[in-house]
Amino acid sequence: MAIRPDDRPHPGFYVLLICLVFMSAGPIALMLMNSFKLNVDITSPTAGLLFMPTLQNYETALCEFLPYDPEHLRRCDPTFGRALVNSLIISLVATGLTLVLGCMAAYAIVRFRFMGRDAASFTTLIMRMVPPAVLLVPVFGIWNEQFGLDGTRSGIILVYVAMNLPFVIWILQSFIVQVPIQLEEAARIDGAGPFRVFFLVVLPLIQPGLAAAAIFTFRIAWNEFLLANALSDRNSRTVPVTIVNSITEYNIDWGVIMATGMLLAIPPILFTFFASRQIITGMTAGAVKG
Amino acid sequence: MSNIQAANRLTPYMFLAPAAAVMAIALLYPIGYMVWASFLDWNPSQRIGEADFVGFQNYINLWGSDSFWESFWVTIRFAVVVVSVEMVIGVGLALLLDRQLKGMSVLRTIFILPMMIAPIVVGLMWRYMYHPQVGVFNRWLSDLGLPTIPFLSDSGWAFASVVIADIWQWTPFIFILALAALQSLPPSAIEASRVDGATPMQQILYIKLPLMMPVLIVTCLLRLIDAFKVLEVILVMTNGGPGLSTEILALRISRTASEFRQLGEAAAMSNYLLILLMIITAIMFIYTRVNDARLARIRAAGAKATQEEEEA
Repeated sequence: MAIRPDDRPHPGFYVLLICLVFMSAGPIALMLMNSFKLNVDITSPTAGLLFMPTLQNYETALCEFLPYDPEHLRRCDPTFGRALVNSLIISLVATGLTLVLGCMAAYAIVRFRFMGRDAASFTTLIMRMVPPAVLLVPVFGIWNEQFGLDGTRSGIILVYVAMNLPFVIWILQSFIVQVPIQLEEAARIDGAGPFRVFFLVVLPLIQPGLAAAAIFTFRIAWNEFLLANALSDRNSRTVPVTIVNSITEYNIDWGVIMATGMLLAIPPILFTFFASRQIITGMTAGAVKG
Repeated sequence: MSNIQAANRLTPYMFLAPAAAVMAIALLYPIGYMVWASFLDWNPSQRIGEADFVGFQNYINLWGSDSFWESFWVTIRFAVVVVSVEMVIGVGLALLLDRQLKGMSVLRTIFILPMMIAPIVVGLMWRYMYHPQVGVFNRWLSDLGLPTIPFLSDSGWAFASVVIADIWQWTPFIFILALAALQSLPPSAIEASRVDGATPMQQILYIKLPLMMPVLIVTCLLRLIDAFKVLEVILVMTNGGPGLSTEILALRISRTASEFRQLGEAAAMSNYLLILLMIITAIMFIYTRVNDARLARIRAAGAKATQEEEEA
C-alpha cells in the first residue's frame, strides 16, 4: 500500500485499471458487437466472438436514407428515420435556445445588482432539482389544452429549454465570475453598450463554459424519453420513444434494437471523445459551486 | 440624463427577461398547475375544467395506500443504496488512482461514457445482459455448470440488478469529482504530513478525506437528488416489476398518469416527491452556506495571524 507520488505504481495498479476499463466499456462494446450480428447469432448459445458481421440491422433501421433497397427487407419502415430527423431538430434547436437565453440570464445574475436578483438566483437553484416526472401531469394538461402544442416539435423544444435553463444558468455563472471585470469596464469606457460588451467581450471568454453547457443540454434533450413520449404524436416522435415502443412488444428484435440503440448512443459518445475535458470541467464547476 | 439612467436600470432585466419568461411559462406555471391538479379527480379524457374538486382526497388516499408506501420505501432504499455504494467505490478509486499518468485522460474519457449515453440505451444493454436465455451473465453461469439466475423476474434479484446498472452508470461521476477534489488539495499539506512520517493510510484518513469533505458532501447530495429522478433505466429493464419491487416513485407517477389515467393522484404523488427533494436541497443549501462561512472565518483568522507575525 505504499502510495507515494514519486514511486513506481504497483503492478496491481495496472490490473485494476484494466479491470475498470473493461467493466466501463464492456457493456457498450457488447452492444456494438451485437448490433453487427444477425438475430440467429445473438440468440444461439454457441456464438461468441466469432461471427459474420453484417450491416443488416443498420440497413433495417436506416432504410429510408439508403440510396438502394436492402435485399433482406420486404418493406421499409420509415419510423426510425423520421424519429432520427425529429431528434436532431429538437435537440439542436433546444440546445441553441437554452444557451442563448441561459448565458444572458447568468450574466445578469452575476454582473448586475437589481431588484429580484436574489429571487432569480434562488429560483434557478431550486428548479434544478425538479424531476421530469413531476412535469408529466401538467404537461398533459397545459400543452394540449392551453398552448395547443401537443404533438408538435415546438412543444417538446419548449419543455426542454425550460428544463435545462436552471442547470445552464448555474454552470455559466461560475465561468462568468472568472471574466476579469476590468476588460468589461475598458470596453464600456470605449463606448460599448451592455449588449455589445456581453456579446463581444464576455462570450468569447467563456467559450469552454459554453461548450460544457451545450454538451450537457444536448445530451439531455437527445436522450430524454418521458416527456417526449407524453408530448409527441406519430410524426414528432423522437428516437428514445421509438426504441421504447419497439421493446414493449413480446418478441424483441435484438439485432435491430441494438443497432438503433447504438445510433442513439453515437452522438454522445463522439462528444465524449472530442470534448471530455470540457465535460469534466463542466461537471466539476457544477458540483464545487454550491 | 434620466433616460440613460432608466436604460441602465432596465439592462439587467433585458438580459434576464427571455430566460425568466420561458421558465415562468414552462416550469413554474406547470408546477403551480400540478398543485392545483392534485386537488382534482381528473382523467386524461376530461378537460381540467370538467374535473371534480376533491380537496385533499388524493393525498389522503395515497397516505393510506400500502402500495404507495411500498413504492416510497423502494425509492428511499434505491437512492440510499446506490449513492452509498457509489460514494465508497468512487472515492476509493479516486484515492487509489490519484497519480500523474500519461494515459489518465483517455481512461477518464472511457469512464464518462456510461453517463453520457441515453438512459434508455443503458436500460436496454442491461436488459439484454440479464436476459434469461440470451444474456451473457446466464450464459457464463450455464457454461460453468451453475444454475441460472432470474435477474429480472425475481423480486429480490430485480432490485439488485437495477441497483447494479445504476452503480455502473454513475460511479464514474463520483470518481471524477472526487479525483478533481483530490488533485486540487494543497500539495504542501500532504508533503508536510509525509515528512512528519504519516503512513499512506493516515494521510488518507487525517489529511485527504477531511480536506475533500466539503466537495464530497455536495457531490453526495447532488447524486442523491439525481437518484430520485432515475426512471428510464428502470422503465426499460423491469417497468417497476416484478410486483412493486423496483417501482420507484418517479416511475409510479408516470404509470399512474399514463397507464392508470389518474392524473389527480399522479399530481399528488409528484407533490410528495417534490417535498422530499426540497428537504434534501435545503440540507445542501444550508450546508454550503455554513461551510462557506466557516471557510471565511478560517481565512480571516489566517490573514490576521500573518499580519500579526509581520508586525512582530
